[in-house]
Amino acid sequence: MAANGNLLISRNFAVENMASIDVALKNGAYDQLKRAVKMKPEEVTELVKASGLRGHGGAGFSAGTKWGFIPKDKFPRYVTVNGDESEPGTCKDRLILERDPHLLIEGALICAYAVQAERVYIYIRGEYFYPTKVTAEAVKQAYAKGFAGKNILNSGWSCSVHMHNGAGAYICGEETGLIESMEGKKGWPRLKPPFYPAAIGLYGAPTIVNNVETLAFVPRVMEIGPEKFAALGTPKNGGTALYSLSGHVNNPGVYELPMGTPLMDLIHKFGGGIRNGHKLKAVIPGGSSSHILTAEECENLPLDFESVASRGSMLGSAAVMVIDETVSIPKLMHWMVRFYAHESCGQCTPCREGCDWLLRLSKKFIDGTARKRDIDDMWELADNIDGKTICALGAAVAWPTKSYLVKFRHEFEAVCRN
Amino acid sequence: MAIPETLKKKAEEILFRYPEDRRRSGLIPLLFEVQRELGWITPEAESWVVETLGVTDVNVREVITFYSMMRAEPSGKYLIQFCQNISCCLTGGEEIQKHVEHKLGIHPGETTKDGLFTLKCVECLGGCSWGPMMLINEDQYFQLTVEKLDRIIHGLKAGEPVPADNPTPLLGNVAGEKV
Repeated sequence: MAANGNLLISRNFAVENMASIDVALKNGAYDQLKRAVKMKPEEVTELVKASGLRGHGGAGFSAGTKWGFIPKDKFPRYVTVNGDESEPGTCKDRLILERDPHLLIEGALICAYAVQAERVYIYIRGEYFYPTKVTAEAVKQAYAKGFAGKNILNSGWSCSVHMHNGAGAYICGEETGLIESMEGKKGWPRLKPPFYPAAIGLYGAPTIVNNVETLAFVPRVMEIGPEKFAALGTPKNGGTALYSLSGHVNNPGVYELPMGTPLMDLIHKFGGGIRNGHKLKAVIPGGSSSHILTAEECENLPLDFESVASRGSMLGSAAVMVIDETVSIPKLMHWMVRFYAHESCGQCTPCREGCDWLLRLSKKFIDGTARKRDIDDMWELADNIDGKTICALGAAVAWPTKSYLVKFRHEFEAVCRN
Repeated sequence: MAIPETLKKKAEEILFRYPEDRRRSGLIPLLFEVQRELGWITPEAESWVVETLGVTDVNVREVITFYSMMRAEPSGKYLIQFCQNISCCLTGGEEIQKHVEHKLGIHPGETTKDGLFTLKCVECLGGCSWGPMMLINEDQYFQLTVEKLDRIIHGLKAGEPVPADNPTPLLGNVAGEKV
């Protein structure tokens, strides 16, 4: 199948053997790296900053701004690709790793050039065996063609690229947890400050940690130019995004659409509407850590960082989970809380103890043994986790818990014994 | 059991990735290779990892007990990791999970008597748009139905495995549909 000109980051996903470098080169791979190494490193950073490209891992931080945080005279420097992709609902990085790994490698190298890093580590979650295999092979091919290694494209700049796998821990998607894991430790997030690994990261050195999708966008930003890229999205939200659509839609899948595409368009126009003619009950818009939205709240909602935040939730990793009227929210709560109880790293007491307690309470609503006071206990527990932990995982369980309880309290009350 | 030469060679390859004074970074990748080679992390292999990396026993222990993919005990020939997270549950994962349990006659965490299958229920495997999904050893399987699952299990028993869903099928406009 030929390349699809209407798409940006995913336009070569359907090209046969795109992971092979000969095919990739025919489709323009590494052309932007060739351009980048002829520019001044800080010009590359400025270009990315001007494009409005934001982090697609969850926080939505401006990529170029992050790169600009690297201290002036501290060396060595590292770039770490965050391919932990473990926020429930998120399944787009796997396609980049499997279908167009050279785009990611090129983007990571452009980033490494911009910050003058000497090593790139591609950290991929351990469960991604096949995506890892394809990407590792692509790295070898990139070396063979001189895009990685010593004196890249005769620029005088050298940078090695290495693979590194996780081993099953959600917490390692948190950038400082990821760095700890890379250092061979359990993935306990670091105390802040320092707030950014750009100052003190891997082995204490300045480190840029960017999501797979974010870095894969970099060659496209350079190709079409920052102005055109910025114009694709909404103000402050440049370009397109890979939306992971799952749950009760007729056509689940990964959709590349401009930032700010209306949520209802994603569900109906692209996702084919709700399965079996059912009615929409709720949507989790940005991975399981985001506040749930009722069907009414989904109306007229552009999917960009500011718009979703203004509706009291977050775009996160743009993982949209669609829930129809047949789902019981207490059950959904149980599935959600079970995840955080399993994944709490155990470092902070409120999260370690609180998640386990929430799990036990959520089970009571399924077993039919819950009492009305359990609803308030759950809310209070969540409130006692929220904002009282080292990393964002505390809020990640507290926010959805509170939102389910507040917006669907009647469903919890309906299954209580008294 | 002695440490196989292939594993020693793999250790060299892994350690090449990190700065010379940062051998500890090779810990997780090396434990992974140990599992791949030996099926699980034997006490002997654990001691070898301690020696090879120049770390302490506790450094290795804490990593083995922290990460859910680390196996400190043997499992069946085929390790089934079944996703139990939201998107897979929304698309019928719970029913299929019950079916697997019934079919194999084991609960999550157990191994069949013939040593062929170990079942584990795990959290999100990142196949949300293709749910329900599972991993069998290193192979990914998507869009599971009772029928598809039966075919996969039967194939493994008969020594004629059903091909895994590698690569992940393209769903959504990234498949090339014009927008």
